[in-house]
Amino acid sequence: MIREIGVDEITRQIRDMCIQANHYLSEDMVCAMKEATEKEQDPLGKKILGQLEENLKIAGEEMIPICQDTGMAVIFMEIGQDVHFTGGDLGQAVEEGVRRGYTEGYLRKSVVGDPLVRENTKDNTPAVLHTSIVPGDQVAITVAPKGFGSENMSRIVMLKPAQGVEGVKQVIWDTVQEAGPNACPPLVVGVGIGGTFEKAALLAKQALTRPVGEKAKDAHIRSLEEEMLEKVNRSGIGPAGLGGHVTALAVNINTYATHIAGLPVAVNLCCHVNRHVKRVI
Amino acid sequence: MEYRITAPLDKNVVKKLKAGDYVWISGTIYTARDAAHKRMQETLDKGQELPVDWKDNIIYYMGPSPAREGRVIGSAGPTTSSRMDPYAPRLLDMGLGGMIGKGKRSPAVSEAIVQNGSVYFAAVGGAGALLSRQIKKAEVIAYDDLGTEAIRRLEVEDLPVIVVIDPEGNDLYKMNAGNIIS
Repeated sequence: MIREIGVDEITRQIRDMCIQANHYLSEDMVCAMKEATEKEQDPLGKKILGQLEENLKIAGEEMIPICQDTGMAVIFMEIGQDVHFTGGDLGQAVEEGVRRGYTEGYLRKSVVGDPLVRENTKDNTPAVLHTSIVPGDQVAITVAPKGFGSENMSRIVMLKPAQGVEGVKQVIWDTVQEAGPNACPPLVVGVGIGGTFEKAALLAKQALTRPVGEKAKDAHIRSLEEEMLEKVNRSGIGPAGLGGHVTALAVNINTYATHIAGLPVAVNLCCHVNRHVKRVI
Repeated sequence: MEYRITAPLDKNVVKKLKAGDYVWISGTIYTARDAAHKRMQETLDKGQELPVDWKDNIIYYMGPSPAREGRVIGSAGPTTSSRMDPYAPRLLDMGLGGMIGKGKRSPAVSEAIVQNGSVYFAAVGGAGALLSRQIKKAEVIAYDDLGTEAIRRLEVEDLPVIVVIDPEGNDLYKMNAGNIIS
Protein backbone atom coordinates (compact mmCIF):
# COMPACT_ATOMS: atom_id res chain seq x y z
CA MET A 1 0.00 0.00 0.00
CA ILE A 2 1.25 3.47 -0.89
CA ARG A 3 1.01 6.02 1.90
CA GLU A 4 0.66 9.63 0.88
CA ILE A 5 2.32 12.37 2.90
CA GLY A 6 1.89 16.03 2.00
CA VAL A 7 5.18 17.91 1.77
CA ASP A 8 3.66 20.76 3.82
CA GLU A 9 3.72 18.33 6.76
CA ILE A 10 7.49 17.91 6.22
CA THR A 11 7.92 21.71 6.19
CA ARG A 12 5.97 22.05 9.45
CA GLN A 13 7.89 19.30 11.21
CA ILE A 14 11.31 20.60 10.15
CA ARG A 15 10.43 24.15 11.19
CA ASP A 16 9.49 22.96 14.68
CA MET A 17 12.47 20.63 14.96
CA CYS A 18 14.96 23.42 14.11
CA ILE A 19 13.51 25.53 16.93
CA GLN A 20 13.29 22.62 19.38
CA ALA A 21 16.87 21.45 18.73
CA ASN A 22 18.30 24.90 19.37
CA HIS A 23 16.52 25.45 22.70
CA TYR A 24 16.36 22.01 24.31
CA LEU A 25 19.00 19.30 24.29
CA SER A 26 17.79 15.71 23.99
CA GLU A 27 17.43 13.71 27.19
CA ASP A 28 20.65 11.72 26.62
CA MET A 29 22.70 14.95 26.41
CA VAL A 30 21.00 16.50 29.46
CA CYS A 31 21.81 13.37 31.49
CA ALA A 32 25.38 13.25 30.19
CA MET A 33 25.97 16.89 31.21
CA LYS A 34 24.58 16.22 34.65
CA GLU A 35 26.82 13.19 35.12
CA ALA A 36 29.80 15.20 33.87
CA THR A 37 29.23 17.89 36.52
CA GLU A 38 29.12 15.23 39.22
CA LYS A 39 32.23 13.49 37.90
CA GLU A 40 34.44 16.57 37.41
CA GLN A 41 36.94 17.09 40.23
CA ASP A 42 38.72 20.20 39.00
CA PRO A 43 37.11 23.23 40.74
CA LEU A 44 37.16 25.48 37.64
CA GLY A 45 35.97 22.59 35.46
CA LYS A 46 33.11 21.91 37.84
CA LYS A 47 32.18 25.60 37.89
CA ILE A 48 32.09 25.72 34.08
CA LEU A 49 29.95 22.58 33.84
CA GLY A 50 27.61 24.14 36.39
CA GLN A 51 27.35 27.22 34.18
CA LEU A 52 26.59 25.06 31.16
CA GLU A 53 23.79 23.32 33.04
CA GLU A 54 22.43 26.70 34.11
CA ASN A 55 22.72 27.82 30.48
CA LEU A 56 20.53 24.90 29.35
CA LYS A 57 17.93 25.82 31.93
CA ILE A 58 17.83 29.49 30.86
CA ALA A 59 17.68 28.50 27.17
CA GLY A 60 14.57 26.37 27.66
CA GLU A 61 12.79 28.65 30.10
CA GLU A 62 13.41 31.94 28.33
CA MET A 63 13.58 30.66 24.75
CA ILE A 64 17.09 31.91 24.11
CA PRO A 65 19.12 29.55 21.88
CA ILE A 66 21.53 27.37 23.89
CA CYS A 67 24.37 28.71 21.72
CA GLN A 68 24.41 31.74 19.42
CA ASP A 69 25.82 29.48 16.70
CA THR A 70 22.53 27.85 15.84
CA GLY A 71 24.36 25.92 13.17
CA MET A 72 23.98 24.81 9.62
CA ALA A 73 20.93 22.53 9.49
CA VAL A 74 21.99 18.94 8.82
CA ILE A 75 18.95 16.80 8.11
CA PHE A 76 18.68 13.05 7.74
CA MET A 77 15.53 11.57 6.19
CA GLU A 78 14.94 7.86 6.13
CA ILE A 79 12.08 7.50 3.70
CA GLY A 80 9.98 4.36 3.62
CA GLN A 81 9.78 2.96 0.10
CA ASP A 82 5.98 2.86 0.33
CA VAL A 83 5.72 6.62 0.89
CA HIS A 84 4.55 8.95 -1.85
CA PHE A 85 5.11 12.66 -1.22
CA THR A 86 2.38 14.91 -2.56
CA GLY A 87 1.75 18.62 -2.96
CA GLY A 88 5.16 19.77 -4.14
CA ASP A 89 8.92 19.29 -4.28
CA LEU A 90 10.31 17.47 -1.21
CA GLY A 91 13.67 19.27 -1.35
CA GLN A 92 11.97 22.66 -1.46
CA ALA A 93 9.69 21.66 1.41
CA VAL A 94 12.74 20.86 3.54
CA GLU A 95 14.34 24.22 2.71
CA GLU A 96 11.09 26.00 3.54
CA GLY A 97 11.04 24.27 6.94
CA VAL A 98 14.57 25.45 7.67
CA ARG A 99 13.76 28.97 6.43
CA ARG A 100 10.69 29.23 8.68
CA GLY A 101 12.40 27.63 11.66
CA TYR A 102 15.36 30.00 11.54
CA THR A 103 13.40 33.18 10.83
CA GLU A 104 10.31 32.59 13.00
CA GLY A 105 12.41 30.97 15.75
CA TYR A 106 14.88 33.87 16.14
CA LEU A 107 17.80 31.62 15.21
CA ARG A 108 21.02 32.98 13.80
CA LYS A 109 21.47 32.95 10.06
CA SER A 110 24.95 31.54 9.66
CA VAL A 111 24.97 30.33 6.07
CA VAL A 112 26.75 31.99 3.14
CA GLY A 113 25.58 31.04 -0.36
CA ASP A 114 28.87 30.74 -2.20
CA PRO A 115 31.80 29.55 -0.07
CA LEU A 116 34.19 32.02 -1.71
CA VAL A 117 31.96 35.02 -2.37
CA ARG A 118 30.51 34.57 1.16
CA GLU A 119 27.23 36.46 1.02
CA ASN A 120 24.83 35.52 3.80
CA THR A 121 21.65 33.87 2.47
CA LYS A 122 19.78 35.55 5.37
CA ASP A 123 17.49 32.57 6.09
CA ASN A 124 20.04 29.85 6.93
CA THR A 125 19.27 27.88 3.77
CA PRO A 126 20.34 25.70 2.16
CA ALA A 127 20.35 22.77 4.57
CA VAL A 128 22.58 19.73 4.17
CA LEU A 129 20.09 16.96 3.41
CA HIS A 130 20.88 13.24 3.45
CA THR A 131 18.11 10.93 2.30
CA SER A 132 17.96 7.18 2.28
CA ILE A 133 15.30 4.73 1.19
CA VAL A 134 14.26 2.12 3.74
CA PRO A 135 11.49 -0.49 3.91
CA GLY A 136 8.08 0.56 5.25
CA ASP A 137 5.68 3.47 4.97
CA GLN A 138 7.14 5.87 7.55
CA VAL A 139 9.53 8.79 7.36
CA ALA A 140 12.13 9.28 10.09
CA ILE A 141 13.52 12.80 10.21
CA THR A 142 16.57 13.83 12.24
CA VAL A 143 17.43 17.52 12.46
CA ALA A 144 20.95 18.12 13.75
CA PRO A 145 22.02 21.80 13.59
CA LYS A 146 25.84 21.80 13.52
CA GLY A 147 28.00 24.56 14.96
CA PHE A 148 31.28 25.30 13.23
CA GLY A 149 33.59 25.79 16.21
CA SER A 150 33.75 22.02 16.43
CA GLU A 151 33.11 21.32 12.74
CA ASN A 152 36.30 23.25 11.88
CA MET A 153 38.37 20.96 14.11
CA SER A 154 37.12 17.75 12.48
CA ARG A 155 39.21 15.71 10.04
CA ILE A 156 39.36 12.74 7.69
CA VAL A 157 42.42 10.55 7.17
CA MET A 158 42.94 7.76 4.64
CA LEU A 159 44.95 5.30 6.71
CA LYS A 160 46.71 2.28 5.23
CA PRO A 161 45.37 -1.14 6.36
CA ALA A 162 48.72 -1.87 8.06
CA GLN A 163 48.15 1.04 10.44
CA GLY A 164 45.16 -0.83 11.83
CA VAL A 165 43.43 -0.05 15.07
CA GLU A 166 46.49 1.72 16.50
CA GLY A 167 46.37 4.14 13.57
CA VAL A 168 42.68 4.78 14.24
CA LYS A 169 43.38 5.53 17.91
CA GLN A 170 46.13 7.95 16.93
CA VAL A 171 43.83 9.87 14.56
CA ILE A 172 41.14 10.22 17.26
CA TRP A 173 43.71 11.31 19.86
CA ASP A 174 45.44 13.80 17.54
CA THR A 175 42.11 15.34 16.50
CA VAL A 176 40.98 15.91 20.08
CA GLN A 177 44.40 17.19 21.15
CA GLU A 178 44.67 19.64 18.30
CA ALA A 179 41.13 20.89 18.88
CA GLY A 180 41.83 21.53 22.57
CA PRO A 181 39.63 24.42 23.72
CA ASN A 182 38.52 25.43 20.20
CA ALA A 183 35.79 22.82 19.79
CA CYS A 184 34.07 23.72 23.10
CA PRO A 185 34.64 20.63 25.24
CA PRO A 186 33.17 18.54 26.78
CA LEU A 187 32.88 17.00 23.33
CA VAL A 188 30.96 14.27 21.68
CA VAL A 189 33.44 12.56 19.38
CA GLY A 190 31.82 11.05 16.28
CA VAL A 191 34.03 8.57 14.45
CA GLY A 192 33.47 6.86 11.11
CA ILE A 193 35.71 3.96 10.15
CA GLY A 194 35.60 2.27 6.74
CA GLY A 195 33.62 2.79 3.57
CA THR A 196 35.02 5.26 1.08
CA PHE A 197 36.24 8.84 1.55
CA GLU A 198 32.75 10.37 1.72
CA LYS A 199 31.16 7.39 3.50
CA ALA A 200 33.58 7.69 6.43
CA ALA A 201 32.62 11.35 6.90
CA LEU A 202 28.93 10.50 6.80
CA LEU A 203 29.41 7.67 9.33
CA ALA A 204 31.13 10.11 11.68
CA LYS A 205 28.30 12.63 11.36
CA GLN A 206 25.70 9.91 11.96
CA ALA A 207 27.65 8.74 15.01
CA LEU A 208 27.01 12.18 16.55
CA THR A 209 23.27 11.62 16.31
CA ARG A 210 23.47 8.29 18.16
CA PRO A 211 22.23 8.91 21.73
CA VAL A 212 25.06 9.36 24.22
CA GLY A 213 25.17 6.23 26.36
CA GLU A 214 24.05 3.93 23.56
CA LYS A 215 27.08 1.78 22.77
CA ALA A 216 28.20 0.24 19.49
CA LYS A 217 26.76 -3.19 18.75
CA ASP A 218 30.07 -4.93 17.93
CA ALA A 219 32.05 -5.86 21.03
CA HIS A 220 35.44 -4.79 19.64
CA ILE A 221 34.07 -1.41 18.57
CA ARG A 222 32.35 -0.97 21.92
CA SER A 223 35.62 -1.59 23.72
CA LEU A 224 37.39 0.86 21.37
CA GLU A 225 34.78 3.50 22.25
CA GLU A 226 35.34 2.89 25.96
CA GLU A 227 39.13 2.90 25.67
CA MET A 228 39.20 6.15 23.69
CA LEU A 229 36.71 7.89 25.98
CA GLU A 230 38.86 7.04 28.96
CA LYS A 231 42.02 8.14 27.17
CA VAL A 232 40.51 11.43 25.96
CA ASN A 233 39.34 12.17 29.49
CA ARG A 234 42.90 11.77 30.74
CA SER A 235 44.12 14.48 28.32
CA GLY A 236 43.64 17.21 30.93
CA ILE A 237 41.89 19.45 28.38
CA GLY A 238 38.71 19.56 30.47
CA PRO A 239 35.56 21.69 30.24
CA ALA A 240 36.09 24.72 27.95
CA GLY A 241 39.69 23.55 27.57
CA LEU A 242 40.59 25.09 30.92
CA GLY A 243 41.66 21.86 32.58
CA GLY A 244 39.82 18.96 34.17
CA HIS A 245 38.66 15.38 33.91
CA VAL A 246 35.75 15.70 31.50
CA THR A 247 36.97 16.38 27.98
CA ALA A 248 34.42 14.19 26.24
CA LEU A 249 30.95 12.91 27.10
CA ALA A 250 31.12 10.08 24.59
CA VAL A 251 33.10 8.56 21.74
CA ASN A 252 30.59 7.13 19.27
CA ILE A 253 32.08 4.98 16.51
CA ASN A 254 30.19 3.81 13.41
CA THR A 255 31.79 1.38 10.96
CA TYR A 256 31.18 0.09 7.44
CA ALA A 257 32.81 -2.38 5.07
CA THR A 258 35.78 -1.01 3.15
CA HIS A 259 38.21 -1.81 0.32
CA ILE A 260 41.14 -4.25 0.67
CA ALA A 261 43.54 -1.33 0.13
CA GLY A 262 42.06 1.21 2.54
CA LEU A 263 41.16 2.24 6.07
CA PRO A 264 39.37 5.61 5.98
CA VAL A 265 38.87 7.29 9.36
CA ALA A 266 36.80 10.42 9.91
CA VAL A 267 36.53 12.22 13.24
CA ASN A 268 33.65 14.67 13.48
CA LEU A 269 33.84 16.62 16.71
CA CYS A 270 30.79 18.15 18.31
CA CYS A 271 30.71 20.58 21.21
CA HIS A 272 28.63 19.97 24.33
CA VAL A 273 25.67 21.49 22.45
CA ASN A 274 25.20 18.27 20.48
CA ARG A 275 21.78 18.92 18.98
CA HIS A 276 19.71 16.19 17.42
CA VAL A 277 15.95 15.85 17.31
CA LYS A 278 14.31 12.80 15.73
CA ARG A 279 10.69 12.38 14.76
CA VAL A 280 8.95 9.58 12.90
CA ILE A 281 5.89 10.36 10.83
CA MET B 1 42.69 35.53 41.80
CA GLU B 2 39.30 37.03 41.10
CA TYR B 3 38.75 40.62 39.95
CA ARG B 4 35.93 42.95 39.02
CA ILE B 5 37.18 45.32 36.31
CA THR B 6 35.72 47.98 34.03
CA ALA B 7 35.93 48.54 30.29
CA PRO B 8 37.43 50.45 28.53
CA LEU B 9 40.47 48.98 30.27
CA ASP B 10 42.94 50.70 32.55
CA LYS B 11 46.50 49.59 31.69
CA ASN B 12 47.45 49.55 35.38
CA VAL B 13 44.65 47.08 36.08
CA VAL B 14 45.52 44.90 33.08
CA LYS B 15 49.11 44.66 34.32
CA LYS B 16 47.94 42.80 37.43
CA LEU B 17 46.04 40.12 35.53
CA LYS B 18 47.50 36.63 35.36
CA ALA B 19 46.56 33.63 33.22
CA GLY B 20 43.92 31.68 35.13
CA ASP B 21 42.39 34.68 36.91
CA TYR B 22 38.58 34.80 36.98
CA VAL B 23 37.34 38.26 35.98
CA TRP B 24 33.97 40.02 35.83
CA ILE B 25 33.86 42.84 33.28
CA SER B 26 31.44 45.79 33.48
CA GLY B 27 31.23 48.74 31.11
CA THR B 28 31.38 49.22 27.35
CA ILE B 29 32.76 46.59 24.99
CA TYR B 30 32.38 45.97 21.23
CA THR B 31 31.62 42.94 19.08
CA ALA B 32 33.43 42.08 15.86
CA ARG B 33 34.09 38.77 14.16
CA ASP B 34 35.29 37.46 10.78
CA ALA B 35 33.60 39.75 8.26
CA ALA B 36 34.02 42.93 10.37
CA HIS B 37 37.73 42.21 10.81
CA LYS B 38 38.16 41.67 7.08
CA ARG B 39 36.44 44.98 6.38
CA MET B 40 38.51 46.81 8.99
CA GLN B 41 41.66 45.44 7.40
CA GLU B 42 40.54 46.67 3.97
CA THR B 43 39.69 50.08 5.46
CA LEU B 44 43.15 50.39 7.00
CA ASP B 45 44.80 49.24 3.76
CA LYS B 46 43.04 52.12 1.98
CA GLY B 47 44.39 54.52 4.59
CA GLN B 48 40.91 55.27 5.94
CA GLU B 49 39.71 55.54 9.53
CA LEU B 50 38.07 52.71 11.45
CA PRO B 51 34.55 53.13 12.86
CA VAL B 52 35.87 52.68 16.41
CA ASP B 53 39.01 53.98 18.12
CA TRP B 54 40.24 50.71 19.65
CA LYS B 55 42.52 52.32 22.23
CA ASP B 56 41.97 50.52 25.56
CA ASN B 57 38.76 48.97 24.26
CA ILE B 58 37.77 45.31 24.29
CA ILE B 59 36.59 43.36 21.25
CA TYR B 60 34.25 40.46 22.00
CA TYR B 61 34.44 37.89 19.19
CA MET B 62 30.72 37.25 19.06
CA GLY B 63 27.84 37.23 16.59
CA PRO B 64 24.53 37.04 18.46
CA SER B 65 21.33 35.28 17.50
CA PRO B 66 18.44 37.74 16.87
CA ALA B 67 16.74 39.30 19.91
CA ARG B 68 13.11 38.44 20.58
CA GLU B 69 10.73 41.37 21.07
CA GLY B 70 11.49 43.27 24.25
CA ARG B 71 14.90 41.65 24.67
CA VAL B 72 18.29 43.32 24.44
CA ILE B 73 20.01 40.56 22.49
CA GLY B 74 19.70 36.87 21.64
CA SER B 75 22.16 34.15 22.56
CA ALA B 76 25.58 35.77 22.90
CA GLY B 77 28.53 33.44 23.53
CA PRO B 78 32.08 33.66 22.15
CA THR B 79 33.22 32.37 18.76
CA THR B 80 36.60 30.75 18.01
CA SER B 81 39.26 33.46 18.24
CA SER B 82 41.91 31.91 16.01
CA ARG B 83 40.04 32.99 12.89
CA MET B 84 40.77 36.58 13.88
CA ASP B 85 44.50 35.88 14.40
CA PRO B 86 45.54 37.27 10.99
CA TYR B 87 43.95 40.62 11.90
CA ALA B 88 44.54 40.95 15.65
CA PRO B 89 48.21 42.08 15.85
CA ARG B 90 47.51 45.16 13.73
CA LEU B 91 44.63 46.20 16.01
CA LEU B 92 46.70 45.50 19.12
CA ASP B 93 49.43 47.75 17.74
CA MET B 94 46.75 50.44 17.39
CA GLY B 95 46.05 50.19 21.11
CA LEU B 96 43.34 47.50 21.36
CA GLY B 97 43.10 46.82 25.08
CA GLY B 98 41.80 43.28 25.13
CA MET B 99 39.92 40.51 23.38
CA ILE B 100 37.26 38.06 24.53
CA GLY B 101 36.75 34.81 22.64
CA LYS B 102 37.47 31.14 23.00
CA GLY B 103 40.31 28.88 21.95
CA LYS B 104 43.98 29.10 21.09
CA ARG B 105 45.81 32.12 19.64
CA SER B 106 48.81 32.22 17.28
CA PRO B 107 52.34 33.06 18.46
CA ALA B 108 52.06 36.39 16.59
CA VAL B 109 48.97 37.38 18.59
CA SER B 110 50.62 36.30 21.83
CA GLU B 111 53.68 38.44 21.01
CA ALA B 112 51.52 41.45 20.15
CA ILE B 113 49.71 41.05 23.48
CA VAL B 114 53.01 41.20 25.34
CA GLN B 115 54.36 44.13 23.31
CA ASN B 116 51.24 46.18 23.87
CA GLY B 117 50.40 45.18 27.43
CA SER B 118 47.08 43.77 26.30
CA VAL B 119 45.13 40.71 27.47
CA TYR B 120 43.14 37.80 26.00
CA PHE B 121 40.13 36.49 27.89
CA ALA B 122 38.00 33.41 27.27
CA ALA B 123 34.29 33.34 27.88
CA VAL B 124 32.69 29.90 28.15
CA GLY B 125 31.83 28.65 24.66
CA GLY B 126 28.29 27.41 24.27
CA ALA B 127 26.93 29.36 27.22
CA GLY B 128 25.26 31.97 25.02
CA ALA B 129 21.94 32.07 26.88
CA LEU B 130 23.66 32.54 30.25
CA LEU B 131 26.08 35.20 28.96
CA SER B 132 23.27 37.16 27.26
CA ARG B 133 21.90 38.02 30.70
CA GLN B 134 24.98 40.14 31.46
CA ILE B 135 24.39 42.31 28.39
CA LYS B 136 22.22 45.30 29.32
CA LYS B 137 22.35 47.27 26.08
CA ALA B 138 23.29 46.43 22.50
CA GLU B 139 23.49 48.75 19.52
CA VAL B 140 24.84 48.25 16.00
CA ILE B 141 27.33 51.05 15.40
CA ALA B 142 28.96 49.99 12.11
CA TYR B 143 28.72 47.55 9.20
CA ASP B 144 24.98 47.05 9.67
CA ASP B 145 24.84 45.16 6.36
CA LEU B 146 26.86 42.33 7.92
CA GLY B 147 23.88 41.25 10.04
CA THR B 148 25.08 39.16 12.97
CA GLU B 149 28.66 40.12 12.05
CA ALA B 150 28.06 43.89 12.39
CA ILE B 151 30.05 45.85 14.98
CA ARG B 152 27.92 46.28 18.11
CA ARG B 153 28.50 48.41 21.19
CA LEU B 154 27.51 46.47 24.30
CA GLU B 155 26.95 47.64 27.84
CA VAL B 156 27.80 44.68 30.07
CA GLU B 157 27.50 44.02 33.79
CA ASP B 158 29.69 41.39 35.40
CA LEU B 159 30.42 39.47 32.21
CA PRO B 160 32.32 36.39 33.48
CA VAL B 161 35.61 35.64 31.69
CA ILE B 162 38.92 33.91 32.40
CA VAL B 163 42.36 35.33 31.62
CA VAL B 164 43.96 33.02 29.05
CA ILE B 165 46.92 35.10 27.82
CA ASP B 166 48.18 37.70 30.29
CA PRO B 167 50.34 40.74 29.48
CA GLU B 168 53.47 38.71 30.28
CA GLY B 169 52.53 36.15 27.65
CA ASN B 170 51.57 33.28 29.98
CA ASP B 171 49.00 31.09 28.22
CA LEU B 172 46.53 29.15 30.35
CA TYR B 173 45.81 26.60 27.60
CA LYS B 174 49.52 25.82 27.28
CA MET B 175 49.80 25.54 31.05
CA ASN B 176 47.03 22.89 30.94
CA ALA B 177 48.22 21.10 27.78
CA GLY B 178 50.22 17.93 28.22
CA ASN B 179 48.95 17.80 31.78
CA ILE B 180 47.97 14.14 31.34
CA ILE B 181 45.88 12.81 34.19
CA SER B 182 47.06 9.37 35.25
